[in-house]
Amino acid sequence: MSIIYFLIGCSVMLACIFLVAFFWAQRSGQNDDLYTPSMRILLDDDVHVPAHTVDDDIGTGDKK
Amino acid sequence: MRTASIEKTTCYHCGDDCLTPNYVVEQKQFCCLGCKSVFEVLSESKLCSYYSYNDHPGINRANADRKFDYLNEPDIVNELIDYKDDNLTIVTFYIPQIHCSSCLWLLEQLNKMNPAIHYARVDFLKKQINIRFNHHNLNLQQLVELLYNIGYEPVISLQDIIKKQNAPIKDNLVQKIAVAGFCFGNVMLLSFPEYFGISIYEQGFRHFFGWLNILFALPVVFYSGWGYFVSARQNLHVKVLNIDFPLALGIGILFVRSIVDVAINNDPGFTDTLCGLVFFLLIGKYIQKKTYHHISFERDYRSFFPVAVNVLIDDIEKPIPLAQLQTGQRIIIRNNEIIPADAILLKGRAMVDFSFVTGESIPIGKTLGEIIYAGGRQTGEAIELEVIKSVSQSYLTQLWNNEAFTTQKNGSSKTFNEKVSKYFTIVLLAIAFGSLLIWLPFNAGRGLAAFTAVLIVACPCALALSTPFTMAAALSIFDRNLFYLKNTRVIEQMAAINTIVMDKTGTITNGDTNGIELNGKFTALQKQLIYSACVNSMHPLSRMICDHLGDQKRLPVNSYNEFAGKGIIANVGNHRLKIGSSKLVFGYAIETPGNTTIYISIDGSYLGYVTIKHNYRTGMDDIAGLNSAYDMFLLSGDQDHERENLLQFFKKPEHLYFDQSPQGKLDFILSLQNEGKRIMMIGDGLNDSGALKQSDFGIAVSDNVNNFSPGSDAIMDGRSFKKLPSFLRFSKDAVNIIHLSFIISLTYNIIGLSYAVSGRLSPLIAAILMPLSTVTIILFTTLATHFAAKKRNLL
Repeated sequence: MSIIYFLIGCSVMLACIFLVAFFWAQRSGQNDDLYTPSMRILLDDDVHVPAHTVDDDIGTGDKK
Repeated sequence: MRTASIEKTTCYHCGDDCLTPNYVVEQKQFCCLGCKSVFEVLSESKLCSYYSYNDHPGINRANADRKFDYLNEPDIVNELIDYKDDNLTIVTFYIPQIHCSSCLWLLEQLNKMNPAIHYARVDFLKKQINIRFNHHNLNLQQLVELLYNIGYEPVISLQDIIKKQNAPIKDNLVQKIAVAGFCFGNVMLLSFPEYFGISIYEQGFRHFFGWLNILFALPVVFYSGWGYFVSARQNLHVKVLNIDFPLALGIGILFVRSIVDVAINNDPGFTDTLCGLVFFLLIGKYIQKKTYHHISFERDYRSFFPVAVNVLIDDIEKPIPLAQLQTGQRIIIRNNEIIPADAILLKGRAMVDFSFVTGESIPIGKTLGEIIYAGGRQTGEAIELEVIKSVSQSYLTQLWNNEAFTTQKNGSSKTFNEKVSKYFTIVLLAIAFGSLLIWLPFNAGRGLAAFTAVLIVACPCALALSTPFTMAAALSIFDRNLFYLKNTRVIEQMAAINTIVMDKTGTITNGDTNGIELNGKFTALQKQLIYSACVNSMHPLSRMICDHLGDQKRLPVNSYNEFAGKGIIANVGNHRLKIGSSKLVFGYAIETPGNTTIYISIDGSYLGYVTIKHNYRTGMDDIAGLNSAYDMFLLSGDQDHERENLLQFFKKPEHLYFDQSPQGKLDFILSLQNEGKRIMMIGDGLNDSGALKQSDFGIAVSDNVNNFSPGSDAIMDGRSFKKLPSFLRFSKDAVNIIHLSFIISLTYNIIGLSYAVSGRLSPLIAAILMPLSTVTIILFTTLATHFAAKKRNLL
């Protein structure tokens, strides 16, 4: 059963890595703003054909 | 659908109704020039996707003309920016207009509009934007003008709330919880073999697990739980026994006893209890610290006064920082600008809107040579004034020099927890030493075991958690009902009050809508006559009548006489008008309960009357019901026109106070407090600031919580004003729940103590009792709070 020593050592080390990763994330400010990224991801990147969007806008505007 | 859209068009930018068809671009209707120009700026930069994410994402821009010249002054710029080096400047702005994903999208595309901007990032909840830009190609003024042109004018004020909010929080609470949770989990896992029993052949593991647990306990005690030792020591220094003392004692004893057990007695120790205790305590601390990012409770006049003011020096206008403004200087105030210091009007027609100060939204006219108090907003043309008092010594602002603002008021009210923990600690120490002394003559080892066991098992973990969990749950209930409290501590203050003092204008009346009703038949000409007479008067009622009648042609007025408190007699054209009280018009008084009535007669014949509807907030009748339980006072800065109407709410005529100055309001609260009353002040304007601060629990009522509201303990949305009685009852429920949970946690302590005094506390019992009591308290407080909220119709 001496393998237990090794297994526990491994598991504790693994857990420590995650703890360190959390510390890093916290220090680098990743958890400062938890809301805005959820909105940002829904926005399309670049709209390269602005003429089209304007047309679309007229369409939706009329339906209103 | 199609026909409807033709009949009534809404502004493509802001969604308001378009009253004129004058502003059309690319087949899109706009309500005003401001909205149209924003659209033009955006379409020029090919950023029209702004309008595709949401319908009408903009904010109405009808009345807006601002100057940002002062942003060229290096003194002011340095105050505002976060960082500056050779090429780069970083600045954070607070922009209250941020409200939807379109805002977010547009503001983060700023670099497309001007290449000098490297980076723009929005924090949506805080409504802030962080911008990095090259200051060689773009200065701060241009940046702010760019933001202004696209409809997002940043709020720039002297009291920098942004910087205060963004200051790093030093206590690292989240990290401490992470460490405690990590160690707690591992220790629990490693303790399982001990719970289930280790066979004789595997005794070697026992030592291994024991020492490993001690190792895990080290960061818990010396990192996560260290704050308790520090706080306990500080409190002992000032001779206060608060709850941190028994907690620190418990943590310390748990740690030492665990080491002794593992090292000498070959016992498993109490590390699992220790880690769990610290973990739960920190969780309690964390949930107590709810913050509202978009609301500030610490505002004073500085956050609403401008940063700079235009001063006339040798007939040349120059913006100077407000702090440098001296008496005797001449200042120029334009439309929508705020008068920053008491000043004499020298030039121009002043119509000053004191809505921020008193809540009264009708502008008041001032004549040349009259003193205008600081805090008013000029509407109309530019005026020239001479400053007679410095900014901090003005009639309104000197309020902040008062003692109420310079001293902390924490000492006056102790929370239940603080009151109880003193006695709790004394009893705890008495039992611990008692059991030590009783055992000592027979069995010293057993005595020490009993002594430590008492301190371990009676560690007031559940007691320490009951307040934070109850209050955090209560806070979120209030939050849901648009009632925002500064912190959890103030709920107990709210429950303890027995007197309610209210401001009138803007607090119990709706500030923005002043209803007026014209009764009787008037021809177009008669309306013109009335308008022409009333437009000469600066009285609020006359202004309301003029507003009601709308844009009329002014007829020549031959003679005009205004009688204070009575009305107007005027000759317009060849008609003689009498507008005013019944005494003026008829010569005798008519009793009209409930309403202010203005009678109108033209050429001696009575035509009809105008009633002013008092727009009291809905639910004032319910609030009047509080009269039986609380002493209710009215404290108004206005004249006593409405005394009769207000009596239906306040019952006792001697409890109505009118014509109160800002300082007078503060003094009034103080005098009530000296009579031993605990006061809740409800107000809205800057003139209530002193009273709000001095009172035991100050509520600022606001129709838009993002807007300005004076510093207070709580901010209430005007829509939830009618729920005030429920809020008060609910706060009392919350305090009762804390009392009940105290009894529950005491029961657990007594059960544990019965094991402890005999010196036979096994680690397993401690490890079961501690989390069990904690979970019971958390469950009880959360459920009971929700139940209470349901009962009060707050959920």
